[in-house]
Amino acid sequence: MRRVAALFLFIAFAFPTRAQEVPLVADLSSHLVAITTGFAGTNVLLFGATNGPGDIVIVVRGPTGDETVRRKSRLGPIWTNRTNVTFNDVPSYYRVASIRPLEEFASPELLSRYQIGFNNLRITSADQSLSAEQIAKFRDSLIRLKSEQGLYEQGLGAVTFMSNRLFRTELSFPSNVRTGTYVVEVYLIRDGDVASAEIVPLNISQVGVSADIYDFAHNLAPLYGIVSVLLALSAGWAAGAVFRRV
Amino acid sequence: MQIYLPIAELSVNIFLVLALGGAVGLLSGLFGVGGGFLMTPLLIFIGVPPAVAVGTQSVQIVASSLSGVLAHMRRGNVDFVMGGVLTAGGLIGSSIGVWVFSLLKKSGHIDLTISLGYVLFLGIVGGFMMIESLPGVLNRRPAGVASVARGPTRHPWMQALPFKIRFRRSKLFISSLLPFSIGVLVGFLVATMGVGGGFLMVPAMIYLLGMPTQMVIGTSLFQITFVTAVTALLQAIVNQSVDVILALFLLVIGVLGAQLGARLSSKMKGEYLRVLLAVIVLGVAIRLALDLVLTPQDVFSLGGGN
Repeated sequence: MRRVAALFLFIAFAFPTRAQEVPLVADLSSHLVAITTGFAGTNVLLFGATNGPGDIVIVVRGPTGDETVRRKSRLGPIWTNRTNVTFNDVPSYYRVASIRPLEEFASPELLSRYQIGFNNLRITSADQSLSAEQIAKFRDSLIRLKSEQGLYEQGLGAVTFMSNRLFRTELSFPSNVRTGTYVVEVYLIRDGDVASAEIVPLNISQVGVSADIYDFAHNLAPLYGIVSVLLALSAGWAAGAVFRRV
Repeated sequence: MQIYLPIAELSVNIFLVLALGGAVGLLSGLFGVGGGFLMTPLLIFIGVPPAVAVGTQSVQIVASSLSGVLAHMRRGNVDFVMGGVLTAGGLIGSSIGVWVFSLLKKSGHIDLTISLGYVLFLGIVGGFMMIESLPGVLNRRPAGVASVARGPTRHPWMQALPFKIRFRRSKLFISSLLPFSIGVLVGFLVATMGVGGGFLMVPAMIYLLGMPTQMVIGTSLFQITFVTAVTALLQAIVNQSVDVILALFLLVIGVLGAQLGARLSSKMKGEYLRVLLAVIVLGVAIRLALDLVLTPQDVFSLGGGN
């Protein structure tokens, strides 16, 4: 990580004219997060430079999908899931990082347009049976539960600036991240407007043995099932044979 | 140390998995229960998705049950005729169960049905076992005396049922319809509740059929091995929910636990075994009942996508 930053510093100072032509440049230390058998979450370094003053906002979005939020309520003496709300197009991962609070330098319209911040995420439900207020409660719970799983975060201070031009931040991904294509968006906001934006894709996928097993289980399911059961039977038999002699 | 599970798609602490697998394996060998009723909730508790927990632990049960069967076979404690009849019933029951499961899933009441089912069955079975076996332990009555008065001899209508078979090893001459229906019921529970079914089958064989306790455990493991093997295969094909890495760790440690359990069980008195099993079964039932009745810490939960 240090070496990448040092290299970057060198590039930035060696070619000052280049940096001034483009208002914003940004890149990741790696464009692929490889999930292997030992995977326990990882950090990816995001670094970049600006050509002048302005605020940097970093937004990371994971692949989207449906999420169901369930609420328990009493049915006689028993607590049970009685109300479900399914939200569409929910990012599996969402992270916003900035140095100052967003509202100090960006208008609500801007934040809403670019879906920056939990309140501006357009996650909606087609559910007609509940009132808008109730749906909002489920939406808040969705974001709270996702945050508890370490998959959603918005906050300050995660971005560090050097000499007002260079910035860097660590993007952390817990071990329960979904595989797929992630989008890292970097915004340079100047005078209340987006002066420049950079979008960097990040691919998170299983590799090696772990990926082979996943493919086997999904593409050749019957064979995978037979192998699993045979494995279990031979393990049971082997243990029996070993223990007979002990 | 963390290990990434390719099908569950998350990483877990390997030592935690080994501790859970070993403990459940020990119970499997000791009591002849598959341990599914403990393993499923435990796996879900450490973060494994429910479908993967059910699919994977069925593979683990196959291994620990088979090693248990082999250990009991060497001591001549498996009644193969009885086991065959129970297995035939079990396969039919599990087919019916798969069908009912899909109906309940459509109606949206599957979670509550499973929880209530656990509390009801575990509560009744555990309570009944406790009442039956506790006096024996307290009075230090010689083992085996109690089994004489049990079984169909006590119920004339059971004696009148057709298709009588002589189960030599169990020293029984009873209608095959009795073990067959026990098998159907157990197979039904395997498919609907994701358990091996030993917790129900063991007491049913002792109290309903009047089989000797030592014979019951090996024979029930025989049935569990076959029925869970078929279930695991179906889970892998239909839901792709068998995590072979997780299963591997669970089954290696589970098999060791089961061997140890089988050794211990032949040294322990039947009466004590039954009280111990009753305590565990009742404990799980009370825990699940409290979960249903107590105000939850968080009424909201994520149910994954549909």
